[in-house]
Amino acid sequence: MKISKVDRRAFLKTTGHLLIGFNLFPLVNCSPYEEDSNLTKPYNGIPVRPHAGKDLIDSWIRLDAEGHVTVLTGKKELGQGIRTALIQIAADELEVDIKRCHIINGDTGQTANEGYTSGSNSIEGSGIAIRQAAAEVKFFLLQLASEKLQAPYENLMVKDGWITSPDKKKTSYWDLVNGAYYEKSITGKAQILDINKHKYVGKPIPREDILHLVKGDAHFVHDLRLPGMVHARVLHPPSYGAKLISIDSTAVRALTGVLKLLIDGSFIAVIAEREYQALKAWEKLKEVTVWEKPTINPVPDRLFADMRSKTQKPEIIQETPNISKQLTISPIRLKSVYQRPYQMHGSAGPSCALAKWENDQLTVWSPTQGVYPLQATLADLFQMDSEKIRCIGIPGSGCYGHNGADDVSAEAALIAKHLPGKHVRLQWMREDEHQWEPYGSAMIMELEAGVSKEGLIQVWDSKIWSDSHSTRPRGEAGHFVSARHLGNPFPFRKGGFSGGAYRNATPLYDIPDVRLQLFNYDGPLRSSALRGLGAYANIFALESFIDELAKASGVDPFTFRIHNLKDERAIAVLEKLKEKTKWNALERSKNKGYGIAFAKYKNSAAYFAVMVEVEKITEKEAFKLKRMIGVIEAGQCINPDGLINQTEGGMIQSASWTLMESIKYDEKGILSKDWNSYPILRANDIPGVEVHVINRPELPPLGAGEAAQGPVAAAIANAVFDCTGTRVRELPITAEKVER
Amino acid sequence: MTKSIVLAVNGTKKTINVDPEEPLLYVLREEFGLNGPKFGCGLHQCGSCLVLANGQSSYTCRIPCSDFEGKKIETIEGLSKKGKLHSLQQSFFEVQAAQCGYCVNGMLISALELLRKNPNPNNHEIREALNKVICRCGTHSRFIKAVKKAADSQSKF
Repeated sequence: MKISKVDRRAFLKTTGHLLIGFNLFPLVNCSPYEEDSNLTKPYNGIPVRPHAGKDLIDSWIRLDAEGHVTVLTGKKELGQGIRTALIQIAADELEVDIKRCHIINGDTGQTANEGYTSGSNSIEGSGIAIRQAAAEVKFFLLQLASEKLQAPYENLMVKDGWITSPDKKKTSYWDLVNGAYYEKSITGKAQILDINKHKYVGKPIPREDILHLVKGDAHFVHDLRLPGMVHARVLHPPSYGAKLISIDSTAVRALTGVLKLLIDGSFIAVIAEREYQALKAWEKLKEVTVWEKPTINPVPDRLFADMRSKTQKPEIIQETPNISKQLTISPIRLKSVYQRPYQMHGSAGPSCALAKWENDQLTVWSPTQGVYPLQATLADLFQMDSEKIRCIGIPGSGCYGHNGADDVSAEAALIAKHLPGKHVRLQWMREDEHQWEPYGSAMIMELEAGVSKEGLIQVWDSKIWSDSHSTRPRGEAGHFVSARHLGNPFPFRKGGFSGGAYRNATPLYDIPDVRLQLFNYDGPLRSSALRGLGAYANIFALESFIDELAKASGVDPFTFRIHNLKDERAIAVLEKLKEKTKWNALERSKNKGYGIAFAKYKNSAAYFAVMVEVEKITEKEAFKLKRMIGVIEAGQCINPDGLINQTEGGMIQSASWTLMESIKYDEKGILSKDWNSYPILRANDIPGVEVHVINRPELPPLGAGEAAQGPVAAAIANAVFDCTGTRVRELPITAEKVER
Repeated sequence: MTKSIVLAVNGTKKTINVDPEEPLLYVLREEFGLNGPKFGCGLHQCGSCLVLANGQSSYTCRIPCSDFEGKKIETIEGLSKKGKLHSLQQSFFEVQAAQCGYCVNGMLISALELLRKNPNPNNHEIREALNKVICRCGTHSRFIKAVKKAADSQSKF
């Protein structure tokens, strides 16, 4: 999908096009990270353009006389393969070869404002919009063709953009737009293509960017090299709320290559000509700074008790009238408490961004999940008009939620302001990422339920304690961590607790009486969105508890779940899993254990069920994760291999969280500063992973990127119980927690 | 204090004037314009920065560039010949072994070192070789599969 040099010129100076809508600026920088050369080309500033709303499809599809189709989307490629999936949708709907299609994503200069790429929403939102826009493009062109070929619209055939009439007269999309500049908006009359005519949707179209990755082509924001670029490092405070007392900067300023040392309150940064020089200065800065450090309270030992004692009246999220009575009369009643510690995103590559100020305009090249929210928040940080800020999204290392990507972008901009006209590249160090990213919040889930003699769940009562699961920047500069460290600091207002804390806390099971109470906790560590938000811990608790209830009722875990579900698609996923795992024929030796779990992500997105096999390693007094088998149903599957890749990844990542991960800290600060103090799952311990897809091409596609996180955690807990007899209710599930 | 240093990278020798203490990683990225080796931790814990030096996988984020003088340095950029992908790159692509892709460099270098020493590795040996590389997306099972596929292709590594 690379545009050759000649084609590229043609693309910019097109001889005609159809653009759905009012996108009037030229498409400069048209494919910023597919062309190597483009990464090193100077970028010429901010194009003037109005900001498009989502209802205005102008931002979506552009078709030109040279045979290119360009899809513009606000969604970011995060390694989830969204670019390929969206191109598949467009190519099918337009009935053109996929090789004609290009995509531009996440650039405030060129794409629409779609907020954040999060919550597994991209296919459901952007995908549907692109499908509609593509259908409109085709509809408009077929009307033109109908006139030109003197044939009824309905009788025209389309193949790779070539239109043929019943009497074999031909024209093409490109002929039709040649010499003309159409700008149209949605008519609502365009028909969506019959699914049986799809050539790409539903097929495992390979991700072309993987070709670039294996060759070592420039791909990441880390690989951007812009003219005259200089390098920066930030010396973050040693812990939350620490204040700079003194700094002896003589030695730092004297270092070779150091261009600038910035000290603004407790925000300290250094700029140097070479990256290594910036790094040496950063190391030196650590030695010459003195800080006043407030203590962190409570420390992990007291965290969960503190959560209960510091929170007051709960938010009642859901409550049916008979709940209290029902809780006392069900024949089988259980109550369990589950806990999850703080856990981190832990991106493999530390956050990195570039910024440049010129003529009071700011351009930021950022790995953010949301170029528009970043732009709005930078506007607050610099108290300037957001029209003067352009944020260009470039892939970063996988982020899995709100990691350091926005913070590093703001810091690059803060630093670059002191060196106008220069491209400033800032990369975090490993300890910056580990210490300063906002973690997934610690949580307590207290569950109580009652089951009838027939094994039907009658009542379900949940209490959840949690800090916020979204402190993403949305216009207030205090959400950038370093904005709080400036001499004139921006206040951080958490801005209310999001619904993320109780995501998936309401069971999908058919239960007459349900109550859900949320205790909002202001915790000691910085927290925000981590893949799945509260759903990870809530499903861990819910599906562990379902297993406990099944056991107490004396019913097989598959049967118990299916018996309590009404949703046919949920039942189908479980039945498929039962078949694929050969559940009834599994080897039931004393060293092996099996557990299952299920959820429908957000109770509105993809269905996922999983079985986990663990094995006891008696001599080591440990257990080992042997196999994970998953079944996913995400409605119409756009790209089965992409869906499988995302699901396998989610399963392995969740296994790592579940078995190993917990942020260590004490009153002096974060102790998990690297991969030794925060170990994660590596190749030696990866279990066998198998994913099966149920495709429902007749149904709308559902978001799937986070579906595996919660069920895997519970399935591991259930398998460990089956294997060892110990019910571990506190994450992570380590060998020490299993009774010997 | 810069010094003249000769480095042989992907078959090409180049003389550069650089602080001899500067770790090889920065020299590869800034002087040679390479993207394969990446900064991940600066602590020899994650394998993002791996290259082959005389056939051995080697961290580059801390070790001074001058230590690599006289050694044959290979990065993933040097793998494809005349526009044709190396069989290991080809199998990574065919298996679609990447999500975000940040760790792909470390995985390829570790696999290459293994396959040159042991063209028919078993599952355990493949895992052992890839274990030094941090992957946060959870793509491990695909990397293992891709290495196996490359080994089965009977190619020369």
